[in-house]
Amino acid sequence: MFDQSPSRLPALPGVGFKAQHYAAILQEPAPVGWLEVHAENYMGEGGRPIAMLRHLAERFPVSVHGVGLSIGGEGALDRDHLARLRHLCDWLDPASFSEHLAWSTHDSAYFNDLLPLPYTAATLTRVADHVDQVQEALGRPMLLENPSSYLSFDESEMAETDFLREVARRTGCGLLLDVNNVFVSAVNLGLDPRAYVRDFPLAQIGEIHLGGHDEDEDDAGRPLLIDSHGREVADPVWALLDHLLALSGPKPVLIEWDNDVPDWPVLAAEASRAEAALQRAPA
Amino acid sequence: MSPVLTQLDFRAAMLRPEAPVPEGLGDGRGGPAGRRFSVYRNNVAVGLTEAVLEGFPTLRALLGDENLRGVAAPFLRAHPPSSPLMFRYGAALPGFLKGFAPLAHLGYLPDVARLDLCLRASYHAADATPLDPARLSALPPEDLGRARLRLAPPVRILRSDWPLWQIWQLAHHDGPPPQPVAQDILITRPGYDPRPYLLPAGGAGFLEALGQGQSAEMASEAALAEAPGADLAAILGLLLQSGALMSLEIPS
Repeated sequence: MFDQSPSRLPALPGVGFKAQHYAAILQEPAPVGWLEVHAENYMGEGGRPIAMLRHLAERFPVSVHGVGLSIGGEGALDRDHLARLRHLCDWLDPASFSEHLAWSTHDSAYFNDLLPLPYTAATLTRVADHVDQVQEALGRPMLLENPSSYLSFDESEMAETDFLREVARRTGCGLLLDVNNVFVSAVNLGLDPRAYVRDFPLAQIGEIHLGGHDEDEDDAGRPLLIDSHGREVADPVWALLDHLLALSGPKPVLIEWDNDVPDWPVLAAEASRAEAALQRAPA
Repeated sequence: MSPVLTQLDFRAAMLRPEAPVPEGLGDGRGGPAGRRFSVYRNNVAVGLTEAVLEGFPTLRALLGDENLRGVAAPFLRAHPPSSPLMFRYGAALPGFLKGFAPLAHLGYLPDVARLDLCLRASYHAADATPLDPARLSALPPEDLGRARLRLAPPVRILRSDWPLWQIWQLAHHDGPPPQPVAQDILITRPGYDPRPYLLPAGGAGFLEALGQGQSAEMASEAALAEAPGADLAAILGLLLQSGALMSLEIPS
């Protein structure tokens, strides 16, 4: 296993970095204590993205969040992509590296989305093997994030919380708990979000995500929530965060806002709300 | 036993809106997945369409959002990304546009797509410090011809049979209606923002020769072979002024 903890992020609010906020973040970062970047945006040879990231990393702890590794894929992991991640983690030395319990690549076609997988003994073995490979390739432990679900698989044999617990036990990885994903999946699949949080292996949490969702309807007219990252975090998701933090204690909490990105003060206000939730949590 | 749904089944239904929802998916309550599957289809289609709109700003300015979406829809089904590096997405668009009948009357569009791809590649290219023009002017004349001038990594050279430079100007800054002339373009990146320059006649040949590691003298011959009246001083001046050159070596 690894000497270092899967997350060296501080138990403070963080935000997903957007280039248009670069100057504002440097001038008025409060209450943001750390930043997260999508790994794949910093895999060019040079230029402004990498220059910005180098500069920000001098001021803030940085979390690298991969969106393209396809850890839940049926096929082998992309070795070239692993090497690119290794290069990024080597020069940046981020405070954490995380990826998703999802797949996006099949037969060299890459889908820019996080696609779902069933939870079975076979997929558990495959995901654990892939997490092992990632941690070995990067020479550091990783965090694995719970997905948002819009549908269920008939062949699934176990609950997502049990699946994640077992991946963490087998590989020593930490977990990234996306509270909005918990809420979205629970509404979409008719589950209890608080029960999910209570069943979650809280000790393995290295980071928490929050983001906004959109509301749609399924064929039967029931609410179908879409994990859009395009607006404020919804009130029931904030309530679920309070419920989680009361059980887990303070953790690094990230605000994700990737579409229709607002001006910095709006995002900073969301981070302030996360800061207040962290202050309410038992130490 | 429940059927095993493979990712191949999932993938096959992903980019075809008319395909049936794969078997073995549900709503978590014992009912069918139905339009829940469309969430994934929509996410992929919307994300790739956005990538085309943002990745091809000159095409976007010329065609407008609605028309470019009309190109993106069939394009992303024919050419889904082959890599998770989305900033490289769209390399197949120039070729796709060549065969895209609804816009066949706008024959310059494939070259505009190539220009946008080159600008994007330049944006992400390795950093380099431009060559100080004083180093070149300090060279004794007998060394100038032997000199090997290395291009900076963000440099791109585009040959076009269309007035590509004027089209770019018109798309982003307004400008006179393009004249029916062929225009080659040099892209350099002083600092972090790539910038296109109109290349004088013979300039593309000169730059391509430098890119192959040829000497300044051989590059000059290439330029003159391509355009007998090529203004070598103007070409060299543009390269120095635009930061296209990175280093200078005199082979011993």
